[in-house]
Amino acid sequence: MTVFERHRLTPWLLLAPQLVIVALFFFWPAFASLRQAFYVQDAFGLGERFVGLANFERVLATAEYWRAAGVTLIFSIAVAAGAMGLALLFAVLADRVLRGSKLYRVLLTWPYAVAPAVAGLLWLFMFDPVLGVLSHGLALIGVHWNVHLDPTQALLLVVIASVWQQMSYNFVFFLAGLQMIPASLLEAAAIDGAGPFKRFATITLPLLSPTAFFLLVMNTVYVLFETFATIDNTTLGGPGGATRTLVYKLYEDGFVARDLGSSSAQSVLLMALVGLLTVVQFRYIERQVQY
Amino acid sequence: MRFNRLLSALILATAPLATPVHAATTITWWHAMEGVLGDKVNEIADAFNASQDQYVVKPVYKGSYSDNLTATIAAFRANKAPAITQVFEVGTATMMSAKGAIYPVHELMKDTDTPFDPNAFLPAVKSYYTSADGHMLSMPFNSSTPVLYYNKDAFKKAGIDAPPKTWNELGDDARTLVESGASECGLTTAWPSWTQLENFSAINDLPFATKANGFDGTDTRMVFNQQPETVAHIQQLADWQKTHAFEYGGRGDDGTKRFQSGRCAMLTTSSASQAGIKDASADNFEFAIAPMPFDQEAINQPKNSIIGGASLWVMKGQRDEVYKGVARFLNFVASPEVQADWASFTGYVPITTAAFERLKQQGFYDKTPGADVAINQLTRGTPNDNGRGLRLGNMPQIRNIIADALENAFNGRDSVPEALDNAAKRGNAQLTQFQQSVGQ
Repeated sequence: MTVFERHRLTPWLLLAPQLVIVALFFFWPAFASLRQAFYVQDAFGLGERFVGLANFERVLATAEYWRAAGVTLIFSIAVAAGAMGLALLFAVLADRVLRGSKLYRVLLTWPYAVAPAVAGLLWLFMFDPVLGVLSHGLALIGVHWNVHLDPTQALLLVVIASVWQQMSYNFVFFLAGLQMIPASLLEAAAIDGAGPFKRFATITLPLLSPTAFFLLVMNTVYVLFETFATIDNTTLGGPGGATRTLVYKLYEDGFVARDLGSSSAQSVLLMALVGLLTVVQFRYIERQVQY
Repeated sequence: MRFNRLLSALILATAPLATPVHAATTITWWHAMEGVLGDKVNEIADAFNASQDQYVVKPVYKGSYSDNLTATIAAFRANKAPAITQVFEVGTATMMSAKGAIYPVHELMKDTDTPFDPNAFLPAVKSYYTSADGHMLSMPFNSSTPVLYYNKDAFKKAGIDAPPKTWNELGDDARTLVESGASECGLTTAWPSWTQLENFSAINDLPFATKANGFDGTDTRMVFNQQPETVAHIQQLADWQKTHAFEYGGRGDDGTKRFQSGRCAMLTTSSASQAGIKDASADNFEFAIAPMPFDQEAINQPKNSIIGGASLWVMKGQRDEVYKGVARFLNFVASPEVQADWASFTGYVPITTAAFERLKQQGFYDKTPGADVAINQLTRGTPNDNGRGLRLGNMPQIRNIIADALENAFNGRDSVPEALDNAAKRGNAQLTQFQQSVGQ
């Protein structure tokens, strides 16, 4: 005990650099944003007025906010399900490959190294209604591809681009998870006569559940925040708001409309939503997880 | 290693020789001109720097117009604003209402005893940057206006001799083009709100918003949705969308691609896009430029169109010495020589009458057919309340809102009146918010 008392300062000193960074780049802006949510201010910050909860009321009263919330819900489910489902499929396949497995793994991990903005542009080039290679291919089979006007196609485009990006991240974790499952368990099951699907469903999947749970949390955060660049480089939230997610709306109101009060109120709401989702995930879904 | 050290010693030793005896005052100029336009901006600054030795103008490219405005605002809040910043026309209301942040150009010119005649500028340019009490607050720099580009090859193939003058004629031509197979699509547009609503209103003498489109006060509200002609125009575009007589090509200048690739035979976009379109379509087809069509049911003699582009704003917080240089530089930028060179190179219109005259004398308009379409369209008649421009707060966001509405109308999610009413409602919320934020 006395030994620890003598070193009361040392742990703080060691933590200090990290704490300063977190305070400077996370807590300070977060508090500034929290404060801003209760004020109306002009773009140049020449004057501001306390308005209480008016910014929140204004945000929640607009139909566009709720539409963005709906879009976000559909988008999140599609991206999380797509990115995790495909990653699991590829991880299982890559785990079984005997020759050239390293090459497959590298190739499947690659998209994660691509910046979201670049990923958006790549997919936009392929799916551009006029110049895109894939649009021409689709036209040949009778599909009129126009992301400038078709809401479903536009949403599909951003979902595909986001799934492609996030899949790699999920793949790495699923593959690592798969490799940690003792071969003896699977072999024992095989000897007992369990087929590949049975083995997957009763042994592999439950043992992967901690990984899957972790990825669910991470994917939710990814979809809510990091897909911004993908949307900004492809559909700009259009057509007619069909791909405007909560974070994209927040950006538009803050940086295009320069309505800092509304934008801050939205970021506070979004922060609360993420916190709530994480709590729900830990409370209810984690119970199903077997460590 | 030794060589490097030797080299740096040499550089250090000769450095004092490179700087002039008395230190020149530096003037920073933030702008949003990329590529060849950016090179041209540097050229203008170099020419000014070479013409005298008291001031050095340093142009800095800050990204898109929107990026530059964001950067300027952030810099101002941190007391590090540039002396001059380039702001797009739709940011004018935001800048004008930031009274504590800007140094109005007319005041700057008076305070520094620099000659400055607002009447030297084209009326449509001058009015856009003039406050309600008649003072010019920023220095016009690059101004353009929408025009109609048409594919001459496709027109010939369809047997059409001349470009359409009215929207009715345009509709007929578009149908002929598509039905004859001369092109897959008739018309497309870039900057949909600017060309199909803002300029449609001005040319046909229809109000876009109350209070002279916001020129007479920030308590302005949207009325474009209440003009039967405007609603009918968007309705006809929505109808044409079904037959490919019109194809919506996306926001910003996305629609240009449909023209450049030869898919659509007509395009409405900025006169300043000419050089870019020429580059991209040179191998495919020949094109020409015509004035924007007008609506013959709304008007007999079309009015002037309104400008796009940007102007230069002077920011507060610099030393007096800097402002003297800024005034001198702005005077240089507006000179007929600089403006004529800039306009002939870029496709922006010359912003002063003197520059226009100079280009005429040089035979520029004879050598470059179509180059005078934009300026003639801008200068016909005297701008009235519907034609001075738009002075609406949060205009960049209002354009997004209108793009939303057009998309929802063209893809059939909403009817045209519904879509426009909704855009007006959302636009009014922006105007109210702006009015409150600037405390007027």
